Amino acid sequence: MPVLHDLSFDVQRGDFLGLMGPSGSGKSTLLNLLAGIDKPDSGAILFDGVDITGLPESELADWRAAAVGFVFQFYNLMPVLTAFENVELPLTLTPLSRRERREHVSAALRLVGLDDRAEHYPSELSGGQQQRVAIARALVTDPKLIVADEPTGDLDRQSAGEALSLLEQLNDEFGKTIVMVTHDRRAAEHAHAIKYLDKGELSEGADLLERSVR
Amino acid sequence: MQLLKRQFFILTVRNTLRHKLRTGLTVLGLLIAVLSFGLLQTVVGAWYAGANAAAPDRLVTRNAISLVFPMPLHYREKVRAVPGVKRVAAANWFGGIYQDPKKFFPQFAVDAAQYFEMYPEYRFVEEEKRAFLRDRRGAVVGRKLADTYGFKVGDTLPLRGTIFPGDWSFTVRAIYDGAEARTDTSQMFFHWDYLNETMKRRVPRRADLVGVFVVQIAEPARSAEISQAVDAQFRNSAAETLTETEKAFQLGFVAMTEAIVVGIRIVSFVVVFIILAVMANTMAMTARERLSEYATLKALGFAPGYVAALVLGESLAIAAAGGLLGVACTFPVAAWFGTQTGTLFPVLEVSPATVAMQLGAALAVGVAAAVLPGRRAARVRIVEGLRAIG
Amino acid sequence: MKSIPLAYSVRNLWTRKLTTALTAGGMALVVFVFAAVLMLDAGLRQAMVSTGQPDNVVVTRRSAGSEVQSGVERPQAALVESQPEVVAASKETVVLIAQPKRASGAVSNVTVRGLAPQGIALRPQVRLAAGRMFRPASTEVVVGRSIAQRFAGTGVGERLRFGARDWLVVGVFDAGGSAFDSEIWGDVDQMMQSFRRQAYSSVIARLADPGGFDALKQRLESDPRLTVDVKRERQFYEEQSAALSGFISILGLTLSVIFSIGAMIGAMITMYAAVAGRTGEIGALRALGFRRRAILTAFLAEALALAALGWALGLGAASLMQFVHISTMNWQSFGELAFSFALTPKIVLQSLAFAAVMGFAGGVLPALRAARLSIVDALRAA
Repeated sequence: MPVLHDLSFDVQRGDFLGLMGPSGSGKSTLLNLLAGIDKPDSGAILFDGVDITGLPESELADWRAAAVGFVFQFYNLMPVLTAFENVELPLTLTPLSRRERREHVSAALRLVGLDDRAEHYPSELSGGQQQRVAIARALVTDPKLIVADEPTGDLDRQSAGEALSLLEQLNDEFGKTIVMVTHDRRAAEHAHAIKYLDKGELSEGADLLERSVR
Repeated sequence: MQLLKRQFFILTVRNTLRHKLRTGLTVLGLLIAVLSFGLLQTVVGAWYAGANAAAPDRLVTRNAISLVFPMPLHYREKVRAVPGVKRVAAANWFGGIYQDPKKFFPQFAVDAAQYFEMYPEYRFVEEEKRAFLRDRRGAVVGRKLADTYGFKVGDTLPLRGTIFPGDWSFTVRAIYDGAEARTDTSQMFFHWDYLNETMKRRVPRRADLVGVFVVQIAEPARSAEISQAVDAQFRNSAAETLTETEKAFQLGFVAMTEAIVVGIRIVSFVVVFIILAVMANTMAMTARERLSEYATLKALGFAPGYVAALVLGESLAIAAAGGLLGVACTFPVAAWFGTQTGTLFPVLEVSPATVAMQLGAALAVGVAAAVLPGRRAARVRIVEGLRAIG
Repeated sequence: MKSIPLAYSVRNLWTRKLTTALTAGGMALVVFVFAAVLMLDAGLRQAMVSTGQPDNVVVTRRSAGSEVQSGVERPQAALVESQPEVVAASKETVVLIAQPKRASGAVSNVTVRGLAPQGIALRPQVRLAAGRMFRPASTEVVVGRSIAQRFAGTGVGERLRFGARDWLVVGVFDAGGSAFDSEIWGDVDQMMQSFRRQAYSSVIARLADPGGFDALKQRLESDPRLTVDVKRERQFYEEQSAALSGFISILGLTLSVIFSIGAMIGAMITMYAAVAGRTGEIGALRALGFRRRAILTAFLAEALALAALGWALGLGAASLMQFVHISTMNWQSFGELAFSFALTPKIVLQSLAFAAVMGFAGGVLPALRAARLSIVDALRAA
């Protein structure tokens, strides 16, 4: 049973797209395909004109490091690294010097409002703070695309609001393209456009927004 | 290149310290395994102590049938006359009992003047040696033997004969030390002439019979030739002889208990497999728990090899800690074992080869335990790995 | 008290197959070593005990450690023979000859025994397996089964050379796994002549009534004309193996204990991880109404099940060792001795107890930790 079938759509640079749908509809799979961490059985994914489905594994890894930033529902930080070191992680794949890396990391942490917690371990931070560290990690390499899979799924209302405002800021001020999967209508409202995914088929429309709420 | 970055080491070290109890237990297990392995190899080494201490310029001549049969005394002069022979000394294994059969140590009746010239590795205090040579009933004991039973110069040493029946009494005149750690200092020597005189009185037909001749030659390179020359003297006589190098003679004994030596060697490798099972288990569990972290790293763009290397690095860190500690413990434990077994294992030396093998075993275990978990971590499909809640 | 079904513990082991396999495997190796050492010792003792007949005694010179070191003069031997309790006696000479082994060519000492036809009668456990018995007053010999297998030049029809003579091998005998399987037998007078011996090594005597032993021993050992030791044949052979047996036991058991610590650590690591991974379940079970003791028992059961699996595997492997034969120099007699690994019911039970202790020691601390969790903490950590 194919998860996605006969799908075709475009994302423009600077878009902030929300993907909604019932569980099992394949929205996470679609996100994973866009981010290059999953491969379709057939079809092409063109990113800035480059078909990433044709890239071999090692090149794909390098492309991901440069082009994509990830924000996950469960943060997925390294428990043994400090907030600073977690954010620094993607930069170690680049040829930047230690001083340059430090500058970028500090900037990212400042942006998310956590530069005073840089030396703390994830276990010493609240859920909302951990998610903001994850967002800092997602943007520190200055990627073109940021994918977020249920970024507020595990957060209380206030922290969720802070995280979503951050994402909006990244989109408005820094022009990052963001694709966000969520089942939370309030979260989806921060996006600029919403697509609805059901049984592997994509559609849009305001009336369908109601249907997605359970 | 990513591997040499400071960050790789930070991740590895901190991951190793994450589960202090688990890591501690694994290191302890490795310590015990490496220690046992080292001890067993050292015990095997003790078996070969006699052969290792043999000098290339010494030969041993015995009755060709077996050690159980003696040779006539008059052979001594004939052996001495063979070209290439520097010295000859008669030596009989006495095999007496000191107080109780469990208190075993080797006892030899030897042509003292000649014998100790051939064994320069037995170091004497000159005065004591002279006193011994003067006293027909004198005895010489090694340092380890003296320490085990508290013998001092001037003490009486009574022995109950088994091969040479009756009660015997000697006076300790000298204590010898070994020139090297591997010299056997658990032996007792007394005068062959005294043995012979006493046997002439007690059981005359058993006098003038020699157990072995120890022969010193001038040119070690000619040992095979000279051995054959000695044996040729006595071919077709009532007591044919077999002459071989001291090393071959000692190795002959080892060969007789070969089954035991092989058994101990096998067991020492079994312990390595036991600890491999423990270590592999630890690494498998650890890697399984961290699957989502490995997936995240791969998602961020780290190569599969990097992730596998993290697993290997952690495994090697634990193996190194356990291995080094195990080696460090081997020395004091071997020394303690040596004092406990007294004269049973006269030389219990932890050799450099043993240490190398211990470290090699730890390294091998570290690598082997990481193979499957490392491969799994490298191959984890990002999508599945992220779903797994660590 | 409601207890958690055993299936819970066992199925959890089945779910984590690799971990279970590795942990049980480590324990199996330890049980194998433990059982193998006990089996080796039992095999050695069996070989020795089966060598001795209940109504035979061995007379040697006082304090002689073995027959090879012993000498009994002819008049003394005659005296022993003439004792009232003795119904048959054999005056024997025992020496060692150095022979090369078939497989390695390495030389080892083989026990050669010169005896008369009455001596053969004193060993009813010995049967001819091939060829025929040696003829008295000839230079023919027969060899024990183990010697024929292991040593060169000992097949029927081959000649051995020692004591300046050739000895023709005319038969192979089977001594039922006893020490005699490692001996070569020939005519006593021929051998004494060949080795220029005047005295016998020992006298083997059969008592009319085994109860007469004490009187005989008392009389012979206090007789001023004799300096002898009188022992029951069984005891004599037991003492012959004491040193070797002691060495095997001590070394083997020390090793087993050390190894078992390693396996216990493995079990502990596994069980701690099991507890940590199932905290949520534990909380749920407690919430359902199971008491702390039920949790403790369930995890202990899991550890013991691991140990039982290890025991089964280890003992199974050890039982295969029964097909292996060992031949080594017996330190006391200086001669080669062949024996095997013997599995006895006692060893089966001892190894089971050993495995159980390992499982318990490895599992008790983690099980206590599981039992001590508070319900709230357990559910929250899930």
